[in-house]
Amino acid sequence: MTTTARAPRRPDTHAPAPAARGSAGRRRASPAALAGAGALVVVGAVASMFVGAADLTPADLLAARSLDDRAVQLVLVSRGPRLLALLLAGSAMGVAGLLMMHLTRNRFVSPSTAGTVEWAQMGLLVATISLGSTSVVGKMLVAVVFALLGTALFLRLLRSLVLADALVVPLVGLMLGAVVSGVTTAVAYRADLLQTLGQWTAGDLSGVIAGRYELLWLVLAATALAWWHADRFTVAGLGEDTAVSLGVDHGAVVRLGLVVVAVVSAVVVVVVGAIPFLGLVVPNLVTLLLGDDLRRALPATAVAGAAFVLACDVVGRVMIHPYEIPVGTVAGVVGGVLFLAVLLHARRRGLGS
Amino acid sequence: MSGDVVVRPARTRARPGAVRPGDTSPAPDRLGEPDGAGREHARRRRVVALLGALTLASCVLLMVVDVQVAWSFVLPLRGLKLAALVVVGVAVGTSTVLFQTVTANRILTPAIMGFDSLFVLVQTVAVATLGSFAVLTADPRLRFAVEVGVLLVFGLLLHALVLRRTTSGDVVLLVLVGVVLGTLFSSLTLMVSRVLDPNDALTLQDLLFASVGTVDAQLLPLTAVVVALCLLLVVRRLRVLDVVALGRETAIGLGVDHSRVVRRSLAVVAVLVAVSTALVGPLTFLGLLAANLAREALGTHLHRWTVPAACLVAVLALVGGQVLLEHVLGFGTALAVVIDVVGGLYLLLLLLRQGRATAKGLLP
Repeated sequence: MTTTARAPRRPDTHAPAPAARGSAGRRRASPAALAGAGALVVVGAVASMFVGAADLTPADLLAARSLDDRAVQLVLVSRGPRLLALLLAGSAMGVAGLLMMHLTRNRFVSPSTAGTVEWAQMGLLVATISLGSTSVVGKMLVAVVFALLGTALFLRLLRSLVLADALVVPLVGLMLGAVVSGVTTAVAYRADLLQTLGQWTAGDLSGVIAGRYELLWLVLAATALAWWHADRFTVAGLGEDTAVSLGVDHGAVVRLGLVVVAVVSAVVVVVVGAIPFLGLVVPNLVTLLLGDDLRRALPATAVAGAAFVLACDVVGRVMIHPYEIPVGTVAGVVGGVLFLAVLLHARRRGLGS
Repeated sequence: MSGDVVVRPARTRARPGAVRPGDTSPAPDRLGEPDGAGREHARRRRVVALLGALTLASCVLLMVVDVQVAWSFVLPLRGLKLAALVVVGVAVGTSTVLFQTVTANRILTPAIMGFDSLFVLVQTVAVATLGSFAVLTADPRLRFAVEVGVLLVFGLLLHALVLRRTTSGDVVLLVLVGVVLGTLFSSLTLMVSRVLDPNDALTLQDLLFASVGTVDAQLLPLTAVVVALCLLLVVRRLRVLDVVALGRETAIGLGVDHSRVVRRSLAVVAVLVAVSTALVGPLTFLGLLAANLAREALGTHLHRWTVPAACLVAVLALVGGQVLLEHVLGFGTALAVVIDVVGGLYLLLLLLRQGRATAKGLLP
């Protein structure tokens, strides 16, 4: 956390608007920041392996003689899948936030401030009610469709409106999300599904074991796709006119970005649940440090996102050991504080409007 | 409190007018509208009368509709609930109008700035640190006083650190900060309640987390008195508040001790928010709906119109909504959700409208 938390205070490392300009200072900061975040991920991963309700030490693993050993089974069935789920969900949500930021040209838009997550939850509920006991894949597909349509609606709403203040955009998204989740809650209440809904609204990894997280590999594919097209997203972030004159099909890039964001959000909601502020805080801190060139910022965002979720999860597991606090709750507290810092910092420097 | 600097300007302004008894053409009304002030006045009266009639009707309906057992059993039960809802409506309406006047904008409400969620957080932290036994056996008045104190400190801090330093153009930033604070507080509440002993957590949930469906009637006598006192304080300063609503510089120029009125108003707001949250739990968008709908229906910012009208709208939304949902649609506990959905849509509308007006250069 130390690397990312220090970011807002660096005076020379903030970009005026999504743009592919990188100062010399930023270039120097890049390897150091990446290395720092990477180290954090490694430390977090080791901690995540050996922290939990069941006792497990590295010595146990070394002493194990066969695959059926208790320690090995613990890693294979519970700790390992959990670590993978953390890494996949964290990095993908971070990248999704970064994409949303570029697509809307607004630093404060992310899947959680554009209603994407809430639409995915509504889709899950609709699938649960109308399709009955469908497989998880079926529910996920419906959730993806809802997330896609909802986010497209949000973008359409933004295009048709002249908004004087950039901060209105996330606010409109948040309100839209609140309204959507209000409707979802009312329907869930009516259908006696409030508890089921709770699983998707509060990010929680305690139920993640082998066989219940594999869907998350989909988000790796989506993230890779985003990386492959990173330069196009960077150009699209310069605005529609500039992008078109540079020979980029702006509409196609926006559609691609929407699909990536919707798939990532829906899959993460299905498997883990919502993790508040993740897609908002991580891309902001990374681009403050590295600038807005996606080819550079995207891997760093993925690493930092994973580090953020790992740190939150380990803290949640240590605080009331041997019980645990859901990762979504810890992320809500840590991310909320960080977001307030970013928000006030940005406004003080005249950014965001 | 009597004869202090705050009250004097209002009295001296009110006396020369000397039209108080009949009140057909009040002097302050004329200032803004040279023509048709009388007609406008009559229209406002009709609006308030209509609101009053609707509210009264919904109150009666809540009492008598769908009675299936003995009246002697139903009436006291529903009477308590009705009284609680009325107290909450008045508290929410008044506190929102006050808060909006003091912060000089129409989108912020105490609930949006995270007051409600802070109240729940304070209760949770109290149980976590002192144990549920200590909290529950403590004098409810003491408990209430401590909770109000924390809210008050939060309000003053918020005012000193954020509200005062920003200009009116920064409303959006404030709302965003408020929304994030709300999420932060409720995440903290969740976190603390996870740390709690499961028994403590259950007690907490049962006794401290009231909702519109399950009103906490134990606190009713205390809170009713508190709200009445607050209302009395507000009514005595209605005209001072009108002046404060003109903005800090203008208010000071007109001889009002602005920061003092602001501090006192925030104190009243903290008390009223504590009352409503203690009785029915957080209602994020009710205040926004009540205050803005009242202002739009009346077409005035004068507090002697907006305060009662906002209270009426809030009570009507709570009681009428409860009758409609519980007895007509069989949907009981979801009233808070419905109010939040409608209120959220309304806030969206306000934001978009403000954005468009700003773009056209109509607003700063």
